[in-house]
Parts: sequence; structure tokens; C-alpha cells
Amino acid sequence: MATKKIMYVNRVTPHGGITAKESLDVVLISAAFDQDVALAFIDDGVYQLLKGQEPEKTGSRHVAKSFAALGDYDVRKIYVEQESLTERGLSEADLVDLRHENPEDDYRDTASIRFISREKLARLFSRQDVLFTF
Amino acid sequence: MQFAILIKSDPNQSPAVLSALKFTRAALEAGHSIQRIFFYQDAVTTASDMLSPPQNEERVGELWSELAAKYDLELVVCIAAAQRRGVWSEAEAGRLGYKAHNLRKDYTISGLGQLIEASIESDRLVSFG
Repeated sequence: MATKKIMYVNRVTPHGGITAKESLDVVLISAAFDQDVALAFIDDGVYQLLKGQEPEKTGSRHVAKSFAALGDYDVRKIYVEQESLTERGLSEADLVDLRHENPEDDYRDTASIRFISREKLARLFSRQDVLFTF
Repeated sequence: MQFAILIKSDPNQSPAVLSALKFTRAALEAGHSIQRIFFYQDAVTTASDMLSPPQNEERVGELWSELAAKYDLELVVCIAAAQRRGVWSEAEAGRLGYKAHNLRKDYTISGLGQLIEASIESDRLVSFG
């Protein structure tokens, strides 16, 4: 099977419905297909990565916690759009610190999140083979 | 060109299911092929044969059935999304002890792997909704 560049673009809040969960389900399944997978968080999607969420208190599911396991599924490229953060009064320090062991750097513990400008992200979109938007 | 089609929105809340149908029909008439149609998230309700809109409204589930029969298309419904929203095949309903089942006969229940496979094997994935 061919290897394609697949990007998942997450645009909605984590607890406004089950979209964040249903997006993550596709990501985890795609990991089994040995593809070049990346995630992007834009618009309200950046809220999915907020630190200190306690969704158990409202009976909602903790998606941010599930993101911590992405490194184990070989999902190492997670892009967060800088403008989306700024527009919501958030900064890099407000987000969870997702990490993975980088096989290209002697399995060194490496940050998975890369902050990227809207302009650069648009160029990255155009280089993908498949884009999923949730 | 070979397309894979992904539909995500509820047929009552968005034109996506109908737009996807029109796109698929136009692509086939133009000589392209369709690898698979995958219903995910709220779009899975399209596959229920118990939806009964008023007579003067489109029955999108039926329209998809007709197109699928004409061109031998594969209509695949995500199992997890379907069970969450009450769309059951006879086999799955029986397995879990439900008395009713409502999956239209031209649709197949399967997993998300079918969506990923379609996106890899086709030339383009086109998403609706």
C-alpha cells in the first residue's frame, strides 16, 4: 500500500459534542496503516489541547488525555496555529506538553507540538495528499 | 480519476448528503470511478430505512440506494458512529440483543479502516459536511 501524507485538521471545542472524539478515533485507526500522519489544531480546535481540563466533572470525555498517547501510535507531528491561539487570548504555555521518542534522533524525548503561522500552515495543507477536517 | 467520498453531516441539518450524491453522479457520468462512499458521524442516519420525511421531500437514503444499484457502488457506514446513533444491521442488533434493526439493504456496516483504506487507494478523497 502506498504511503500518503494524511493530515487531520481539528477545528471545534473538545466538549461541545463528540466531534473531537470521533476525529481522534480516525487518527488512531490510521496509525495502523503506516502512513505519514500529522494533526493540526486551528480555530476553536486549539481548546482541545488546553491544560488543566477536568471534563470528568461534567461527565465529558478527556480527549486531551488521549492525545498524550499519540506518540505511541507514531503520530509525532502536531501543529497548532499561532493566530488561533492569540485570537483566543491563549499562549503556548496554556497547552498540554505532548511528547514522543524521536526515532530520527536516537529516540530522544521530543516535543510533538509545533507552533506554526497561518500562512505556513496553509502551505503545509497544500503539500498533503489527504486532508480530514473535523 | 478515482474518488473516495466521505460524508459527515446529518441529512436533515446540512445539504452535504445530497451534495455528495450530486457530485458522485456527475463524476460517474463524466467517466470517473468511485472507490467507496463512507458515511461517518451524523451522516450515518442516512442509512436508516426508518426515516420517513414528508412525501414532497427528498428521501436521500433511497436516492443513494438507487445510484449504488445503478453503478454498483459500495455504501459503507461506520459501525461505531452508527451504533451510537441507533443505526443497526440485523446481524449487529441480534448480536447485542436489540429487537429492531434498520440498516437499508444496500448499505454495509464496517469499520473506520475502510475510510483510511479508501483515502489511501483512491486518487482523491472528497469530503462533504
